[in-house]
Amino acid sequence: MIKEQKIALINAGKYNPESIAEYLKLGGYQNIEKALQKNPADIIELMIEAKLRGRGGAGFPTGLKEKFTNEAVCERCVQKYLVCNADEGEPGTFKDRIIMEQDPHVLIEGLIIAAFAIGATKGYIYVRGEYTKSIHMLRVALQQAKEKGFLGKNILNSGFDFELEIKLGAGSYLCGEELTLLESLEGKRGYPRIKPPFPAEKGLFGKPTLINNVETFTHLPYIIEHGAEHYKSMGTEKSPGTKIFTISGDVNKPGYYETIMGVTLRSLINDLAGGIKGHKKFKAALLGGAAGTFVDETVLDTPMGFDSLKEKGAVLGSGAIIVMSEERSVFDMAYSILAFFKHESCGKCVPCRVGTAQLMILMDKAKENSSKKSQILDHLLYEADYMAKNSLCPLGQSPILPIKSLKQYFQHQF
Amino acid sequence: MDKSALISDFEPAKDNMLNILHRLQNKNPNNYLTTEDLKFVAEYLNTTYSSVYGVAEYYSMFSLKPRGKNIIRLCKSPVCNMISGKSLIEVIENVLDIKMGGTTSDMLFTLEPSECLGHCALAPVMMINDKMFTNLTEDKIKEILEKIRNNNPTQ
Repeated sequence: MIKEQKIALINAGKYNPESIAEYLKLGGYQNIEKALQKNPADIIELMIEAKLRGRGGAGFPTGLKEKFTNEAVCERCVQKYLVCNADEGEPGTFKDRIIMEQDPHVLIEGLIIAAFAIGATKGYIYVRGEYTKSIHMLRVALQQAKEKGFLGKNILNSGFDFELEIKLGAGSYLCGEELTLLESLEGKRGYPRIKPPFPAEKGLFGKPTLINNVETFTHLPYIIEHGAEHYKSMGTEKSPGTKIFTISGDVNKPGYYETIMGVTLRSLINDLAGGIKGHKKFKAALLGGAAGTFVDETVLDTPMGFDSLKEKGAVLGSGAIIVMSEERSVFDMAYSILAFFKHESCGKCVPCRVGTAQLMILMDKAKENSSKKSQILDHLLYEADYMAKNSLCPLGQSPILPIKSLKQYFQHQF
Repeated sequence: MDKSALISDFEPAKDNMLNILHRLQNKNPNNYLTTEDLKFVAEYLNTTYSSVYGVAEYYSMFSLKPRGKNIIRLCKSPVCNMISGKSLIEVIENVLDIKMGGTTSDMLFTLEPSECLGHCALAPVMMINDKMFTNLTEDKIKEILEKIRNNNPTQ
């Protein structure tokens, strides 16, 4: 029986998110004081040592990202930026929303620590336009943190200046992709940029930029407080720490659950989410949302970590788990996902613009003529493969993930 | 209304574009951006009309056409779809006698599809303006829309 273990959500629900006084009573912002007394390079080393990995989906080592951004320019006078990706839009994912609505201050703490580590004096939180409650909570928290002197000039007499601003998205899934997000932040259409250069080198306004997911930043204060060794004692060797899993679909208690990395899908579904609804059998889970992978019961006992899932041809992604009982059709789910990609393709590059439409033509064909489904699945795989190889950004590179997993696990039920 | 006063807390920098467009749209009783709005923003940010138009047209939360007082955003994400089936669109379409994307003739409602609204544990869901409505059923939707209608008697 697994239990919840919390880092990102450690204070969530324990205080009124509109009251910084209550947060301070819980020991809030003490890690800022601790961090500001350290050498910025030591903070980066600490994050590398803790093996913290990005919680947005890709799992890139956060410490390395900080190091690259810090070392992108020699002169300290060059403006660097910090950006928090709060444009949560991956279907089935709502972890960042919970953090922002229930504990906005831990996010601000994490942002200040990261900014100090890389020497950024200006930061932005790019939050989804539809997340009205998150926006409200962030605005209130930001104002209160400013009044208490945790943001602005000469924070806690350390000589470090940091300004933080909220920017609103306006309904584009693609803007959750880091380079597209930066374009949007600059006040442009949400079109992706060619990578490299990476944001660490040439990001916002062409300057070195560190961009991380909301959940990732919330781990920083915890690591400052407890140290790398303690952090590494949680989770798995390659994916230490905790993760918020958002479980939806056919379970008795759908919701968000934070626990250590490396727990199994079976225990998440049974111990935390209350098992499959109506005593039905488990059929499939979609891990990581639309840009994720389908798995069947053979993956139920695989540890949930970035690398362990990869070995099974699956991804952890954002931590979204959409559970499907025996009564559901994986074909319908795949149809819904591919329709989503078609709608969200920005149209800038041809392989994705034509490809996402082509995938839907094939899905409609399969719907009409079910005897040809297995042939069509192979065709889908072929199309998605060239899209993955030729598309400009992760959106066009994503349909291969669910399609390949369908071929691997559900070839006969497609 | 004086537009300059409305957005005076934003520096005239291009990166404030989205925040400014949101502000102007929210203050419009018909929830949309007028040609004058876009021209004004172009001048304020010292950029071209076409680049402001390009931004406003790209993002699905902005509208260049008048919309109803209440904007219904029905989540059509895979989770909401799976739990509800597709029937909820039809329910709203029938109650309001409009098609997806349309506005009622009394300008009270506009129905729009939305990607995942991040309330998957409470699926199916929809947003009406800033408010989230969860665990929707046909009856619940009818009740919610009825209530809004009753609070807005036709003049």
